[in-house]
Amino acid sequence: MSVLRQAARVAWKDLRIELRSREILYTMAFFAGLLVVVYAFAFPRDERAVRGAAPGMLWVAIAFAGTIGLGRAFDRERENDTMRALLLAPVPRLAVFLGKAISIALLVLAVAAVCTPLLVLFLGAPLFTHPGPLVLVILLGVIGFSVVGSVFAATLLKVRSRDVLLPVILYPLLIPLFVAGTKTTMALISTPADFHAVWYWIQFLGIYDAVFLVLSVWTFESLVIE
Amino acid sequence: MAALDQVQIKKLTKRYGSERALGGVSLELTAGKMCALLGHNGAGKTTLLGILSTLVRQNDGVVSYRSNGNEVTGEAVRREIGMLAHASLCYGELTAHENLELVAGLYGVDGSKAALATLLDRVGLDAKARDRVARTYSRGMLQRLALARALLTRPSLLLLDEPFTGLDRDGALALGEQLGVLRDGGAIVVVVTHDLEAIADRTDHVAILRRGQLVFEDRGSYSYEKLKDLYHSHAN
Amino acid sequence: MNKLVVPVFGVLAAVGIAVAVWLVFMQAPLQYGFHPDGALNGSSLFYNQKIFYFHVAHAFMLFAAVFVSGVCSIAFLKTRKPKWDDVAMAATEVAVAFGAVVLVTGSVWAKAAWDVWWNWEPRLTMSLLLWLVLLGYVLVRRFAGPSADRIAAGMAIFGMVGVPFIYKMVGQDSHPAAGREGVVATLGPGMRAAFWISVAAFLCWFVALVVARVQSARAERELRELRERGLDLGVLS
Repeated sequence: MSVLRQAARVAWKDLRIELRSREILYTMAFFAGLLVVVYAFAFPRDERAVRGAAPGMLWVAIAFAGTIGLGRAFDRERENDTMRALLLAPVPRLAVFLGKAISIALLVLAVAAVCTPLLVLFLGAPLFTHPGPLVLVILLGVIGFSVVGSVFAATLLKVRSRDVLLPVILYPLLIPLFVAGTKTTMALISTPADFHAVWYWIQFLGIYDAVFLVLSVWTFESLVIE
Repeated sequence: MAALDQVQIKKLTKRYGSERALGGVSLELTAGKMCALLGHNGAGKTTLLGILSTLVRQNDGVVSYRSNGNEVTGEAVRREIGMLAHASLCYGELTAHENLELVAGLYGVDGSKAALATLLDRVGLDAKARDRVARTYSRGMLQRLALARALLTRPSLLLLDEPFTGLDRDGALALGEQLGVLRDGGAIVVVVTHDLEAIADRTDHVAILRRGQLVFEDRGSYSYEKLKDLYHSHAN
Repeated sequence: MNKLVVPVFGVLAAVGIAVAVWLVFMQAPLQYGFHPDGALNGSSLFYNQKIFYFHVAHAFMLFAAVFVSGVCSIAFLKTRKPKWDDVAMAATEVAVAFGAVVLVTGSVWAKAAWDVWWNWEPRLTMSLLLWLVLLGYVLVRRFAGPSADRIAAGMAIFGMVGVPFIYKMVGQDSHPAAGREGVVATLGPGMRAAFWISVAAFLCWFVALVVARVQSARAERELRELRERGLDLGVLS
């Protein structure tokens, strides 16, 4: 599969740059951590309230920090017009898209890995009662976010007001994804865990990811070509 | 690999919303010739270059790329395109070597250390700088790296978008000379520039755009003075 | 496009809306709910129920617009012919206005039926979420500069594909106050005629507005092209 190999090449390039500067990773993680601290002061901290609010807190943090990282990751491709160079390469444009989506997904996952334990630590949110399904649902959510996010961040690359337009475009489209993520997390930490609901929403997320992955693959080229 | 030897542009129209960027431009480009695209900002040069590079899609009209009379499309066209622009197209956080390695991988050409070193020697990038990240380079060094990047893939259609900007006089003339060498090697060279001095006596084909339309076209080489006259009488 | 479309649909809409108003207020029965013992119960809405005829008619157009806009955007991306983009844009812009009516009338309904202005009733929630997508589309069109048409087209397509997910999501999250079965199916025979005439009338109104908007977009472009021609020929400066 040469498409996957080329996608891996693009993703590896992004990770290499990120590992060298660590700019996106540090700032995103800092921002997500900050959000958790703000939550701790903004919301009641008793056990019942936290149990009700923690899933939403987690997914809002992922959405906000993820959008910042997404915008910055594509800004990097704009600096020396390298996005143009990538799209000009004689590889399927699908490979460029997948490469970017993979590297974004890894960054957002890293952020989730920072803010989930912080929610547990600062707020006592019982997020780790079922770690396996939680990891799965975060993974599915992050994949959907990165896929749709990469398409629109790439098309907005040359638009002056891209920073405000990115959330304007993404959030309405991603509401089902974030709601599904929140619902799953909610079902997981309720006592006892409602695995019927968990399974429903995990299927929902899986189908959502699959449909939007296909749609993104199908539209990416015609959307990035001016 | 099929080197492109002819590009035919027919009645290209491109609108951005209601703005017209190109209004029916036709042009023919042939191997071993350097074509200068001149015109004011907003005349449509960059859009035309964008369409030629397959990164902008026209609303109407056709661009056909040919190799020995056969039509070439898609990735095979992109394989043959080399781009040199004001921006370096290289990642600031990667070294010269890593940047070129990435390009070699994407294009499927020899990216061995020795091959890249030879190339960097050819463009004259300081050996000591090669293991530093490109962000630390001076403008001249960056342009050398960009040139190495363009040469690495042995393009037969070379698109240049203001390549002289930010270079000092010597740098610009040296780059102009390099382009002449590529042209003599059989490549189709298209250069968009405001720097008439750098391309004087090197062009084989001059096209002037004004408000999205071709207002002057002639084949031949022009001196700096002549180019300046032409530009002022047609571009305004 | 034929010059007659807008006047014809405009007149149809005017007549249709007049007839619908007459039917709704003069003919259709009031809505009552009864306890098993025959006494009126709390679900009786009387005249408040009348807003339903207009609320749902607008909601239908909102949903239709999402699909019209999505399909036309696909055609636009495939062909890059501005005529498709004009339709997508017109349908969306008009649907934003229709959606505002849906939300306001829905809120009035909620106040009458459940005594709250907003209660996340699933169908209303779905209208809100679709309306947000359309509103985002309009913002993109307005602020994304020269590439706005392409980016907005992407949003319309993704928005259209997202509809079943929004549907599933709000369905699963259903508020107990609303039944899962459609309200339209429970309408009495006298209500049904008024309802469908109202839908048809607002459909004509929607079509008239969309076509008018498409024509204005087209006229704008033609004017610009003429001006460019004039500039090319040196007649204008």
